[in-house]
Amino acid sequence: MDFINALINGLSLGGTYAMIAIGYTMVYGIAKMLNFAHGDIIMVGGYAMYVTLLLVGQPIVALIAAIVFCVILGVCVERFAYKPLRGASPLAVLITAIGVSSLLQSLAQIAFGSAPKMLMAVQISGTVTLGSIHIAYYTILTLALTVVIMVAMTLFVKYSKPGRAMVAVSEDRDAARLMGINTNAIIAITFAIGSALAAVAGYCMLIKSPTLTNTLGAMPGIKAFTAAVIGGIGSIPGAMLGGIVLGVIEAISLSIPGLAPFTDAVEFGILIIILLVKPAGLLGKARREKV
Amino acid sequence: MNDTQFVASDGRESVLRTEHLRIQFGGLRAVDDVNLEIKKGELYGLIGPNGAGKTTVFNLLTGVYKPTSGKIFLCGKDITGKAPAEINRLGIARTFQNIRLFNNLTVIENVMVGLSNSISCNIAQSIFRLPRHKKSEKEFYERALELLKVFQLDEYKDYLAANLPYGKQRKLEIARAMATNPTLLLLDEPAAGMNPNETQELMDDITFVRKNFGMTILLIEHDMRLVSGICENLTVLNFGTELAKGETAKVLSDPAVVKAYLGE
Amino acid sequence: MNRIAAFFKKPFIRRYANYLVIGAAALIFGLLSVTGALSMSNQFLLEQISIAVLLAVSLSMVVGFLGELSLGHAGFMCVGAYLGGKIASLLVSAMGVGESNFLVLILSLLIGGAVAALFGFIIGLPALRLRGDYLAIVTLAFGEIVRSVLMNLPSELFGGTLGLKTPRFTRQYLFIIALVLVLACLAVTQNLIRSKHGRAIISIKDNEIAARAMGIDVTKYKLFVFTISSFFAGVAGVLYSYTQSTVQSATFDYNYSIEILVMVVLGGMGSINGSMIAAALITFLNVKLQSVLKGDMAVLKDVIYALILILIVIYKNAPGLSAFREKYNFKTLTAKLFKKKETVSKNGDTVPVVQEEAKDE
Repeated sequence: MDFINALINGLSLGGTYAMIAIGYTMVYGIAKMLNFAHGDIIMVGGYAMYVTLLLVGQPIVALIAAIVFCVILGVCVERFAYKPLRGASPLAVLITAIGVSSLLQSLAQIAFGSAPKMLMAVQISGTVTLGSIHIAYYTILTLALTVVIMVAMTLFVKYSKPGRAMVAVSEDRDAARLMGINTNAIIAITFAIGSALAAVAGYCMLIKSPTLTNTLGAMPGIKAFTAAVIGGIGSIPGAMLGGIVLGVIEAISLSIPGLAPFTDAVEFGILIIILLVKPAGLLGKARREKV
Repeated sequence: MNDTQFVASDGRESVLRTEHLRIQFGGLRAVDDVNLEIKKGELYGLIGPNGAGKTTVFNLLTGVYKPTSGKIFLCGKDITGKAPAEINRLGIARTFQNIRLFNNLTVIENVMVGLSNSISCNIAQSIFRLPRHKKSEKEFYERALELLKVFQLDEYKDYLAANLPYGKQRKLEIARAMATNPTLLLLDEPAAGMNPNETQELMDDITFVRKNFGMTILLIEHDMRLVSGICENLTVLNFGTELAKGETAKVLSDPAVVKAYLGE
Repeated sequence: MNRIAAFFKKPFIRRYANYLVIGAAALIFGLLSVTGALSMSNQFLLEQISIAVLLAVSLSMVVGFLGELSLGHAGFMCVGAYLGGKIASLLVSAMGVGESNFLVLILSLLIGGAVAALFGFIIGLPALRLRGDYLAIVTLAFGEIVRSVLMNLPSELFGGTLGLKTPRFTRQYLFIIALVLVLACLAVTQNLIRSKHGRAIISIKDNEIAARAMGIDVTKYKLFVFTISSFFAGVAGVLYSYTQSTVQSATFDYNYSIEILVMVVLGGMGSINGSMIAAALITFLNVKLQSVLKGDMAVLKDVIYALILILIVIYKNAPGLSAFREKYNFKTLTAKLFKKKETVSKNGDTVPVVQEEAKDE
C-alpha cells in the first residue's frame, strides 16, 4: 500500500512539475531559449500571494493576484531582458536568464527577508482514507488542477488561433512571420501563459507546505526543467509526461528508506542517462543544424 | 583497395566516385541514386534548382550526413560513413554556402587552423613551450602567409575574419580549405552574393587554384555564367536525382535541363 | 604619462605582464607575510582571491574558449575539496606529520585535481553529443549529484551532513602557494590558448561544423578542455579545504557555479586576464562587503552582480545594439583617453583604421 500512496503523491507532485515544465517547454519551443528564471516566477507568485493575504485574507483572491502579478512580471522580463537578445547566441540568452533568476531571488530577499513566511491561510490539511490508502486533500486539488490545465492547454494549442500560431512560430519563426503572424505578440503570450501556470504551480506547492522563502522556486524549477528535457523539450505533451514521470520517480525514491537521501541524485542521474540515450527526450523531435 | 575503382572509364585517374548515393529524411529522398565520377585535375560542376539536393550531396561527401545507402570512394578508398574530420584528413576540403569562418580568429589564424593536421606539435609540447612548439608556430605562420599571398589576402592577415569584406570572406574560406592540403576541393556556391567584379575575380582564383595546385574541384553553382565559363563536366540535380550529366555545353542545351531551370 | 604607456607597450612586458603582476604580488605579500606585516584578514583575502582566480581561469577555458556552458564548476571544486581534504587528513595521521606539511599538501592537490579531472572527462563525454543548453543542464545536474551524494554518504567516509573535517595549512604561507598555483594555471591556460590547439579550440566555439570540416578532432579537444578545466577546479577545491576546518557540501551549490560564471562573463568571455581581474575584484568586494552589508542587506551585492551580468550580456550580444557597441566600447573609449587615432588589432599590434572598407557588405 505504501507503493500506492507513493504513486498518488508522485502523480500530484508530477502534476506540479508538469505545470512548471509546460512553461519551460513552450518558451523553449517558441523563443528558442532556456528561461532559467522560470522557477523564480513561482517564488514571486508566492510572495504576491503572501502580500494579498495580508491585505485581503482570501486564498482565492491571493491566487488570482499571484497569477496576474506573475503574468505581468513574465511579460516584462521577456520584454526588457530577453527581447533585446533575440537572434543572439543561445549562450548569451541563457546567461541573461541566469542573471534574471539571481536578481529575482535577491530582490525578494531584500524585500521580505530571509526568514521564511508561513502562508497558513493557503495550506490545506486533512486526508481522505480509503482502506489503507490515505490521500491528502491538497493532493486531490493538485491532481484536479493538473488535469484541468492539461486539457485546457491541449485544447488551446489545437483549436485557438493564438495556440495554433504558437505551433507555427515554434516550427519556423521566419515562415510564421511571413504568414502574417505577429511573432513578438506570440512570444509575449507564451511568457504570459507560462508565468500564469507557474503561479498555479506555486499555489499547489504552498497548499501542501506553506513555507515560503526566496528559493522556493529554485529546485522545483530545475526539476521541472529536467522534466521538460526528459519529455523532449519543445513538446507540451512531453512536458506533461516528463513532469509526471519525474514526480513519480521522486515519490517512489523518497519512499524507499535507503534511497531517500539520494533522491536528487537519482533524478538528475536519470536526466543524464536519458539525454545520453535519447538526446531529444522521450517525445522530442531531433533537429539537425542546417549546413 | 580495388584498382578498378581507381581508374575511370576513359583511363584517367578517378578522384571521387559515388555509387547509388541516397539519403532519406523521413519520407523525403533528398538525394537519390547519385553517381558522380570526378577525374584528377577536373573542374566538375554540380548544378540544379533550389532544393535540388546539391548541398546535401556535399554534406554526404564530407560526412556531415551519413548516406542511407550507396558508397563514396576517394581515390579508390571507401570513405562512406566516416566522420567529417577524418574525411578532411583523407583529402576532401570544402567551403560553405553560408560562410562559416572562425570569426573570433584573425584571417591568418583561420588559415592556420586549416594547417593544423599538416604541422605536428602535441598538446604537451605547446603547454610546456618545448622547442617543437616554437618551430611549429613559425612554420604555421610562414605557410599560412604564403597561402594568403596566393589569394592576395596577406594585407588583411591581422583582421578578424568577421571584419573582412564579403567577397574576401569567400576567398578566405577557399584559402582555409586549401590549407588542409586536399586532393579534392568542394566549393559550395562560391559566387553567391557577389557582384560581377567579385565573381570575375573568383573565377580567376578558381582557375588559378586548379592550375597552380593541380587541384580537382567539385563546384556547386547557381550562376550559369560561372559554370559554363569554367566547368568541363556537369551533373544537374533535380529533386535529388540526376537529371543530366556530361559535357557542359551538351548538358546546358538539354531541353530537360532548360525546363527544370527556366520553365515551370 | 607617455613614458609609462611606452613601458607597458614593450613586447616583453605586454606578453608577460600578467605573470609579472601575480609574481610580484606573491613576492611582496609573501615577504610581508613572512615578516609578520600582513594581517590575518589580508592573508585570508589573498587565499580567497587565488582560489577564485583559479576557478575563473579554469572555467573560462570551457565557457570562453571552447564555448560550452558549464553550470557545474563548483561540483568539480567540491570533488577536489572532499577528496583532497580526505586524503590530506588520512596522510597527516598516517605519516604522523603536522597539518601544514608541504608534501601532504602537494600530494592532496595532485590527487584532488586528478579525481576532479576524471569527473571532468566523464562529464565531457555528453558534451560530445549534446547541444549547448542541454549540456549546461547536464553539468548543473552533475554538480547537484556530487553535492547530494557526498553529503549523504555514511559519515565515516566524508563526514555526512556535518561536513568533512580537513587539515588546515598555516595561513601565513598558504596564499603564497595558492598564488604559485595561479601562476601555473595561467601558464597552462595561456600556453594552450596561444598555440595551434588554442586556435583549434576557438575554432570549435566559432563554428563546430567548419572546424570538423577542417579536420579538427573536436572530440579530443572537448574532452581535453573539460578535463584540464576540472583539474584546476579540483585544485582550487583542495586549496579551499585547506583554508577551512570543515568542508560543507552545501557551499558548492549551483549558485556558487553561477558566481564563477559571472566572473568569467564580466571578464569578457575569452579573456584570461579579464577573468582574473573580475575574479579578484568580485572576491575582494565579497569579502569587504561582508562586514559592511549586514543580514538581508548582504544580498544587495547579488542584486548588483545580477544587474551587471544582465546589462553586460545585453550590451555585448544584443543584435540591435551593434551600432551603439561600435561607438562606445573599451577600445574606443581608451583610445579617446590616450587620443590615439589607431585601433588595436587582436594580437596587440596597432593597425591603421580601415574599418570603413570592412563595413561594406
